[in-house]
Amino acid sequence: MSPPVPSKILTDDVSLLMVLIDTNPHFWSSIKPHFSFSKFLSHVLAFLNSILLLNQLNQVVVLATGINSCGYVFDSSSGSVSQRAESLLPKLEEFAENDESLSERDDDSGNGVGSSLLSGSLSMALCYIQRVFRSGPLHPQPRILCLHGSPDGPGQYVAIMNSIFSAQRSMVPIDSCVIGIQHSAFLQQASYITGGVYLKPQQLDGLFQYLATVFATDLHSRNFLRLPKPVGVDFRASCFCHKNTIDMGFICSVCLSIFCKHQKKCSTCGSTFGQAKTLDPSASQQR
Amino acid sequence: MMNRDINGEGRKLNRGEEEEEEDEDEESGRGRDAWERAYADERSWESLQEDESGLLRPIDNKALHHAQYRRRLRTATTAGIQKGLIRYLYIVIDLSRAAGEMDYKPSRMVVVARQVEAFIREFFDQNPLSQIGLVTLKDGVAQCLTDLGGSPESHIKALMGKLECSGDSSLQNGLDLVHDLLNQIPSYGHREVLILYSALSTCDPGDIMETIQKCKGAKIRCSIVGLSAELYICKYLCQETGGLYSVALDEPHLKELVLEHAPPPPAIAEFAIANLIKMGFPQRAAEGVISICSCHKEAKFGGGYTCPRCKARVCELPTECRICGLTLVSSPHLARSYHHLFPITPFDDVSPSITNIPQKLPKSCFGCQQSLLNPGSLFFSTEIANFQKLD
Repeated sequence: MSPPVPSKILTDDVSLLMVLIDTNPHFWSSIKPHFSFSKFLSHVLAFLNSILLLNQLNQVVVLATGINSCGYVFDSSSGSVSQRAESLLPKLEEFAENDESLSERDDDSGNGVGSSLLSGSLSMALCYIQRVFRSGPLHPQPRILCLHGSPDGPGQYVAIMNSIFSAQRSMVPIDSCVIGIQHSAFLQQASYITGGVYLKPQQLDGLFQYLATVFATDLHSRNFLRLPKPVGVDFRASCFCHKNTIDMGFICSVCLSIFCKHQKKCSTCGSTFGQAKTLDPSASQQR
Repeated sequence: MMNRDINGEGRKLNRGEEEEEEDEDEESGRGRDAWERAYADERSWESLQEDESGLLRPIDNKALHHAQYRRRLRTATTAGIQKGLIRYLYIVIDLSRAAGEMDYKPSRMVVVARQVEAFIREFFDQNPLSQIGLVTLKDGVAQCLTDLGGSPESHIKALMGKLECSGDSSLQNGLDLVHDLLNQIPSYGHREVLILYSALSTCDPGDIMETIQKCKGAKIRCSIVGLSAELYICKYLCQETGGLYSVALDEPHLKELVLEHAPPPPAIAEFAIANLIKMGFPQRAAEGVISICSCHKEAKFGGGYTCPRCKARVCELPTECRICGLTLVSSPHLARSYHHLFPITPFDDVSPSITNIPQKLPKSCFGCQQSLLNPGSLFFSTEIANFQKLD
C-alpha cells in the first residue's frame, strides 16, 4: 500500500463515470420511427453493466436530464452490494413522471422549445465529483459522459460555459455522444475544451458498440488509443444583432457584446461609444 | 596581577554566563516569536482530531468559514456593479533589501515570486482579454521587467530569472514609471497597478504626493499588498486612487490577498471610455495542413488558427496578429468573462435552529447526494429551492 499522498493522486484505471441521460419527451417522440427510448435504454444499461464489470472499484452514477428538472437515478456505490444498472429503471420512471408534471404547471421555461436542462445536470455531476475529490487521498478518476439529443437551448449558454470551465479547472473530461439529428455546438466546445471525446454515431442500432469502444476506456488507457478526433470545432461567435456567425466583429468594451458592424450605442448595456462619460450616469447596468 | 586578572576574567565570565542565563530567562518569559509560542505555550498538536475513518480532520474551520464569508460578502456587494473587464495591470514587485528577510520561508522574495506566478495564471484564466506587465523596485530605481502582454509563460520566465534583492525601494519611481507606461494604452482599457511591498519605507527623489495626484488624474487604480506592516503612504495612495490596501499575516493569507485581485474590480465608468473593439474569431486549421506560423517563424504541422483578415497562422489564442494587429479571440474566452457580468445568486445560510429539527430537512444534499445527518453548515438556494452543503 502506498502511503496516502494529499490532493489528486489518482489510481491508475479506476474510473467514476457520471452519465447524463437526456429524457426530453419531445425529442424522443420526434425520432420515434428510427430509434426509441426503450431501445436506447437497453443499449445504455448493457454499457453501464459492462463498465461495472471492467474493474471492481469502478463507480457509475446516472443523472437524468429532463425539461424542467434533473435528478439522480442510479448510484452504483450506494447500498451495501454493488447494484446492477437495471435498478435505475423504477427511479427513472418516477423522475420522468415528476418532470412531466412540472411541465404542465409551468409553460414558459425560457429554454427554447424542446431543449433539456443540460446545464443543471452538468452542475450536479460536478458537485458529486467535488465531493468525491474531498473524500480522501485515493479516489477514482472521474469523467462525465453526456448522452444527449435535444437541440441546444441558447438561454443556457452562460451556465453551460461556466460548467465547462469548472470541469476544465478540475481536470474532468466531458465526453459527448449525440443521439439527435444535428450536431450540438455546446457539446463540441465542451469536449474540446475539457479534453473529452465527441461522437455522433452514424448507426444508432449499433449504439452499444460505439459506447463500448469509444467511451468505456478509462482516462489512463486513452493515451494509447486512437479515439475520434474533433473535426472542425467552430469557435466563431454569433453577433447579437442578427445572430449570424461572424469571423470578425466589434466587441463592446463594457459588456463584451458582439456586433457585426459599427454602432453608436451598445444595445445590451446602453453605453455610448467613443465619448468620455460625464459624472452623471445616463444608463443603468442591466441584471 | 595575574590572579586579579584571572579573577577579573573569571568574574567576567561568570557574569557573562549569568547574563546569558538571564537573557534566556527573559526570552522564555516574553520574547518568543509567534511561531515558537504556538508550540511551547499553545501546543497546537493537541487540537488535532480524527474523523471516523482515521483521517485527520482539518482544524482550521474558522479560517475556511471566514474566507468563504468574505467571498460571499464581496460577491453580494459587487453583484450589480459594472466591472472593468479589459484590464491593463502592472505588477510592481519590491526587490529591495527588505525582500531578503526570512520571516517568510525561504525568503520574502521567493514567496512573493511564487504568489505572483499563481496570480498571473489565475488572472489570465479569469480575464483572458487583459494584459499584464511586470516592474521591479531595486536599488532605488524602478525597472520594467516585461512589457504588457497576454502570454503568462513569458512573464513567469522573466520573473523567475531575475530574483535578486538589494538596495532601497522607491514607491515614487515605481509610480512614475507605471504612469508613463500606462499612458500608451487604448482609452477603453482599465489601468491598474498591484504593488507587492515588503519594505517599511520609501526613498523618493521628489514629492510623492505630487506623483500620487498625477496617478489619480490619470485614472490609475493602485492596490497594495504589504508584507511587513501598514504604512501610511500606502494607505493614502490606495484611498486616493480607489484601490485596496491589505497587509498579509502569513503565507496562506498572502495568497488569499493576492488572488483577491484576480477577479475584475468594480469599475468607475468615467475611468474608461466605452468603445467598440475590432476583434477576429479565427477558425482552427485542419489537422494535416503545413504552414509557417507568424509567432515562431518556423513551419508547423497541423493545429493553429488562421487570422480572418490577413490569413496568417497563429499558434494560440488569445493573441494579437503579428502581421495586421487584429486582436484574435475565441468565443469561450469571451464566455469566461460572462460570469463576472451575470453572477449566480448567492446561497442563504441556513440558521442552526432549523438544522436542529431533523424533520424539516431533506435527507441528502441536493447537489452531491451526501447524507445531511451531520451537516457542518447548510445553505439554501432560493432558485433551486433545496439544501446544499457548505463545502
